[in-house]
Amino acid sequence: MPVLWLVLAVLGIALVGYVLGRSLALASAGGEIRNLHSLPSYYGSNVAMKAAVPALLLLVVWLIVQPFVVNGMVSGMIPESEISEGSNLGLVMAEVHRTSEGLSNAVAAGIIDEDTARNPGADPETMTDRLKDAGQVVTSTLTAPILAAAQRYRALHDSGAWIMSGVVLVLALAGLIWGLRESQAEFRARNTVEQGIRALLIAAASIAVLTTIGIVLSLIFNTIEFFRLYPAAEFFFSLNWAPSFSGRGGSSELGIIPLLWGTLYISFVALVVAVPVGLFAAVYLSEYATPKVRAIAKPLLEVLAGIPTIVYGLFALLTIGPILLSVFGDDTVGWMQGQRAVMTAGIAMGIMLIPFVSSLSDDIINAVPQSLRDGSYGLGATKSETIKQVILPAALPGIVGAILLAASRAIGETMIVVLGAGAAARLSLNPFEAMTTVTAKIVSQLTGDSDFASPEALVAFALGMSLFVITLGLNVLALYIVRKYREQYE
Amino acid sequence: MTDASMGATPAAKGSLTTEDARTKKRNAAEKRFQMYGIAAIGAGLFFLLVLLVSILSSGLGAFQQTFIEVPVYLDPAKLDKNGNRDPAEMAKVSTFGYGPLIEQAIFAQVEANGIATPLDSSKDMKALISASAAAQVRDVVLANPDLVGETVSFRMLAASRVDGYLKGRVQREDVARDKNIDAEHLDLTDAFVDAGIVAKQFNIDFVIGADASESRPEQAGLGVSMLGSLFMMIVVLVLALPIGVAASIYLEEFAPQNRWTDLIEVNISNLAAVPSIVFGILGLAVFIQFAHLPQSAPLVGGLVLTLMTLPTIIISTRASLKAVPPSIRDAALGLGASRTQSVFHHVLPLAMPGILTGTIIGLAQALGETAPLLLIGMVGYIATNYPDGLASGFMDPNSAMPAQIYEWAKRADPAYYERAWGGIIILLLFLMTMNIIAIILRRRFERRW
Repeated sequence: MPVLWLVLAVLGIALVGYVLGRSLALASAGGEIRNLHSLPSYYGSNVAMKAAVPALLLLVVWLIVQPFVVNGMVSGMIPESEISEGSNLGLVMAEVHRTSEGLSNAVAAGIIDEDTARNPGADPETMTDRLKDAGQVVTSTLTAPILAAAQRYRALHDSGAWIMSGVVLVLALAGLIWGLRESQAEFRARNTVEQGIRALLIAAASIAVLTTIGIVLSLIFNTIEFFRLYPAAEFFFSLNWAPSFSGRGGSSELGIIPLLWGTLYISFVALVVAVPVGLFAAVYLSEYATPKVRAIAKPLLEVLAGIPTIVYGLFALLTIGPILLSVFGDDTVGWMQGQRAVMTAGIAMGIMLIPFVSSLSDDIINAVPQSLRDGSYGLGATKSETIKQVILPAALPGIVGAILLAASRAIGETMIVVLGAGAAARLSLNPFEAMTTVTAKIVSQLTGDSDFASPEALVAFALGMSLFVITLGLNVLALYIVRKYREQYE
Repeated sequence: MTDASMGATPAAKGSLTTEDARTKKRNAAEKRFQMYGIAAIGAGLFFLLVLLVSILSSGLGAFQQTFIEVPVYLDPAKLDKNGNRDPAEMAKVSTFGYGPLIEQAIFAQVEANGIATPLDSSKDMKALISASAAAQVRDVVLANPDLVGETVSFRMLAASRVDGYLKGRVQREDVARDKNIDAEHLDLTDAFVDAGIVAKQFNIDFVIGADASESRPEQAGLGVSMLGSLFMMIVVLVLALPIGVAASIYLEEFAPQNRWTDLIEVNISNLAAVPSIVFGILGLAVFIQFAHLPQSAPLVGGLVLTLMTLPTIIISTRASLKAVPPSIRDAALGLGASRTQSVFHHVLPLAMPGILTGTIIGLAQALGETAPLLLIGMVGYIATNYPDGLASGFMDPNSAMPAQIYEWAKRADPAYYERAWGGIIILLLFLMTMNIIAIILRRRFERRW
């Protein structure tokens, strides 16, 4: 692992720099700390920082950029004729990568020597056989241009790695020397180091922004790619979801509406379970319960929030499903055919959301000032009248916000619906029928077959994009409602 | 009090001591409302109870497994034809060579105990033992070639149907349609249980063992995926804790009020609400498609979970930094410390218990998360190989505890459901331990200023 060694080497240089810089600064002050501008360790840190940070940054950038440059240089070598019908440059380049990796592995295993691997005049067919003998995955017989491209790719890749190691080490040493030259008594080392620390802190904080950008970009690019292969209007308005599994046939119907219907239906059932239970629990806990009851019941309810969703998924499939089936199944009213149904997933999800609704509402109800309650009691209202006519109206925006947040949770929930809701996309009103959701289809379209070029796989990104937009919209709406309509009490 | 005023007062409609109809109605409404609240809490607690009961009742069985204990005669004529006890030569005898020996050994027990059964050949015994038994015997023999020719007692896994029968999962009515086992086998099992040959015992391999193929549920264990989860948690801890703390320090202590700071803050609160599956899509697109990191690797899983946990850690870290009173900072600044020094030498150590609590809770959340792992390929294959060494632990394909549970829940054999529930018990034990540690940390080190 040369990259790991390179990192260790840079860190080693930085460590040497720390020790040297510290002693150099001390020496320049005649061994008297009082003559230094900063504490000795700051001089050391300054050198270490200057040796390590630029070199490591360059390493990261190089690792990201090099594959693109090499790909660009190699893909020019592939003639138009190599790209067969139904294929594209990306697939051919993947073949080139595989071949070059195969060559490297075969050399590492000692089956062919370096010269053979690099020989530009090598016969493609014998090379294919030798690679196959070496246990490398080579799908079809190699053609001359692909082999040549693979050899070139390998050569560029190797030399790129060497140049990178050289440049990174030189940069680290240059940083070391720069830092050491600065290590004089009057140098303001602490200020420099603190500026560096500040930059690192900003970088760490910016990762959140980078993550969002990463999410948005990865969704957008693949969604655009999908809409190039499949008409957007059909995706948004088609009432059918029937992906063909045969591959790149045009016969797939990928309409989001049945999936959205399933998602919303299941979320609705979940909210019907969670909102009354959560809301009444919150009201009771904050208005009626003695401190003792509250101290026991509140944490117990919150245990429900700490249980992983996979547990709820299994609970839905293996406990709720069979119970519902025995009540509504063929033996009694015959509404339900299998364990997986909207109700199965919805009830499990509702249980999961109870603590979510109750603790958010609890906070909001507690924030209603006591003076409002006292005023209401003073006018002769009972406790429940106070709650219904004073407290809940005052807390309403917050409660609506909490319900919207819970809805966004429900829409984005995956494991419960993957296990409990079923796989068939249906537009039906019967809550005991199996339906599927956006999240469940994202999982099923992206697991298993990993051909990311087909519309059947790319649709998952469009679904993800829709999901992201919907949940984000709900969250923003929730925050807006809370901010806009919140009563300000002083 | 005058007569005039007495006369002017209208006759009282009711008295405070006796309730009139309206008061009664209002008080009843009050009672009802209170009952709704109690019912809601009762419903919540009832759901919790049902959940826990069904986890425990369905899952505890996975920790017990049915074993058959029989002496097996290791026939030299079959296992070592040349008779020179050379392990390399003996390795040529595959597990198929060992199967008949075990079947004969069990049949010998039938005869020795005088059990009357219509199953009159040793081949019929095959349905009783797990397919893993032959490999188990073979491993022992290859490790100790000198055992060949002797009779050694082995404790072997019983077949999953036998196990299911003893646990009440497999009913006699179902067996008629099952081609893996017959009713006679179940009679034999009963007789063996009476003879003390077949018994349920604690099965440590469920906790530390590897996953098995779809047809051998009796052999499947959670051990390998537990290691997968461990390596992912290492990645999350190493990345999310420093990055999260650094980001919180910046936002809480240094950030100026400007657009960039606002943008970061909005981003963090939005990321906390993004569905976890979207992080899986991000991981698939960025780490696997773009950066060509290996699929199914705990490193990739750890990176995805890091991005997912960061908002949680940042939010709790900021809260605990905020809880450190400004007087601490002022005192440090007054003594001549720089702002960076005051934060790193004084504020951060005081906030550390809160930060650790938040980190542990974030880790617990990451440990139970499944959806993003599905997208980066941590399901769909059988996690049978223990990682050898650190690099392999991070880079080689592995599963994770929740992903393994999902995988089991998907498999067709109902014996795997029991495994899935058992896996949930283990997962919940881990989560409980982490949360208890977090609570203890908070209780022990919490300071009120």
